[in-house]
Amino acid sequence: MVTDKLDTQQLKLQSIAYRETILEIIHKGRAGHTAGSLSCVDILNVLYNHVMDITPENFGTVNRDHYIQSKGHSVEALYSVLADQGFFAREQLLAEINTPYSHFVGHPTRKVPGVEHNTGALGHGLSVAVGLALAAKLDGRAYRVFTLLGDGELAEGSSWEASMTAAHYNLDNLVVIVDRNTLQITGRTEEVNALEPLADKFTAFGYAVRKVDGNDIAALVAALDSVPFVAGKPSLLLARTVKGKGVSFMEDVKAWHHKVPTDEQLAAALAELAAARAALEQTV
Amino acid sequence: MSMKALPNQQVFADTLLELAHADRDILVVTSDSRGSGKLVAFGDQLPQQIIEVGIAEQNLVGVASGLAAAGKKVFAVSPACFLTIRALEQIKNDVAYSDRPVRLVGISAGLSYGMLGSTHHSLHDYAALRCINNIDIIAPADNFETREAVKAVINHPRPVYLRFGKKDMPHLHKPDQTFEIGKAITLRDGDDVTIIAIGEPTARAVAAADLLAADGLSCRVISMHTLRPFDTAAVINAAQTSRALITVEEHSVHGGLGEAVASLLFQRGLMLPFKIVGIPDEYTVTGDQHDIFDHYGISADGLAQTARQLLRLEVAR
Repeated sequence: MVTDKLDTQQLKLQSIAYRETILEIIHKGRAGHTAGSLSCVDILNVLYNHVMDITPENFGTVNRDHYIQSKGHSVEALYSVLADQGFFAREQLLAEINTPYSHFVGHPTRKVPGVEHNTGALGHGLSVAVGLALAAKLDGRAYRVFTLLGDGELAEGSSWEASMTAAHYNLDNLVVIVDRNTLQITGRTEEVNALEPLADKFTAFGYAVRKVDGNDIAALVAALDSVPFVAGKPSLLLARTVKGKGVSFMEDVKAWHHKVPTDEQLAAALAELAAARAALEQTV
Repeated sequence: MSMKALPNQQVFADTLLELAHADRDILVVTSDSRGSGKLVAFGDQLPQQIIEVGIAEQNLVGVASGLAAAGKKVFAVSPACFLTIRALEQIKNDVAYSDRPVRLVGISAGLSYGMLGSTHHSLHDYAALRCINNIDIIAPADNFETREAVKAVINHPRPVYLRFGKKDMPHLHKPDQTFEIGKAITLRDGDDVTIIAIGEPTARAVAAADLLAADGLSCRVISMHTLRPFDTAAVINAAQTSRALITVEEHSVHGGLGEAVASLLFQRGLMLPFKIVGIPDEYTVTGDQHDIFDHYGISADGLAQTARQLLRLEVAR
């Protein structure tokens, strides 16, 4: 369905570009969820550039793929990808982020082109995705629904209510991806309110579960190319990621949950990303 | 049109079933509530148009939002007491803020569950929803208003909350009455006192008008079936052409119809003897709906007495 699929090398380069945009808009806007956006952006990259059929041209229609970002606080990752996909200009995003009267606010809203649902309160996105997937089944439509959940948000009971419904209605057109970066604002998820054994829990709730390195582009492509994992079951991709991925001093550091980089930190981060790009281009 | 007095939620279910036969995009979503919602027949006749999510009101509202996003005409049906508090954040974010035109249907509303106690009473829903932007609020008084409201919301462009009770409701309207969302209906005319009523207490306001007429007092009764959009013109007109004003609702005295009227009039500089009749700031006494209504003066006698007090026309009975 997606016509201009990027190859793995192009996708890796694209992730670097998205990370640069994330850091620049958080630095410019003086606020944002830095580490969580960096942990999930490879997933968004593969979804938008390889898996999903969502374009500015078909966005106003129902019979195309749908994406609900339940972890709305990682909006900077979404804005970065949507700008690249042509929903709005990167320059507009950089100019307007977190400015008065702008629609580029700290959690996604439908006022921003390309955003399907207003999220930010956690534990909401999965139910909405279930509703969209159920409508496709009722109408015999082929579209699929993808939703990204944070791991911390799994403490919200509504996610489990929605999971039961997804399995009950055999929604194999629903793909739930969990950004399992193991950190939330207070600390390790396992210390705050233990989630494990997470794969077993999702399996018990009726999902076909797969684990993947959620920062490995080729692994994400392979996993998401094979949905539904099992016919008749909703797919759940447990994506092990690293919060702050791509910037050495932010990786797996609790403090970067919503810390804004200083000028020097931004320069250092962008230098790391430039070096990563140069190294990647060497490998061609 | 049958003139048998039925519960409003039965009329809701009958009307919706009729409409849904002709429109397969109409969907009902229930939280183990099809029995109390009188939707068993709907489920039997149109099994493809009813979605069950189990006893999970938050999920009910989120799923309804997703179905609406796909173009479905969704009625999310659940007891008002659970729907409007348990799932309030979903109503705010997934329906109102995300602007998905879900029709939220609170059944067995207000004091319908009477003896089941305060966990099952919804005396907060007007207040909770009035301060959330982008959701209309309709509480029909009788079977006519119920039928017309259900028909009117099928293609309603905004989120809307409909509130229905489970007791038989007497007919209040003239045969040629028309119905429009947001337009109050004058049931009785009069200029000594006006009672503005919403929902099931409206029949009691009409009965109070009869009692007052026997005393030589003319009482206007306005059915304010829609709380948002609010018919401000009807309220202002009532205040300008009556000697006293009463509001009555099956709701806390806080945050409902009465405070909406008070807020409007005070900010317009309109002052007159005025009383908000509803449930005071307490968990109610035990009783069926009518017992609780009677206890708190939501009755023909109680409302007539309130009118006489406001008019300083105490009449020994």
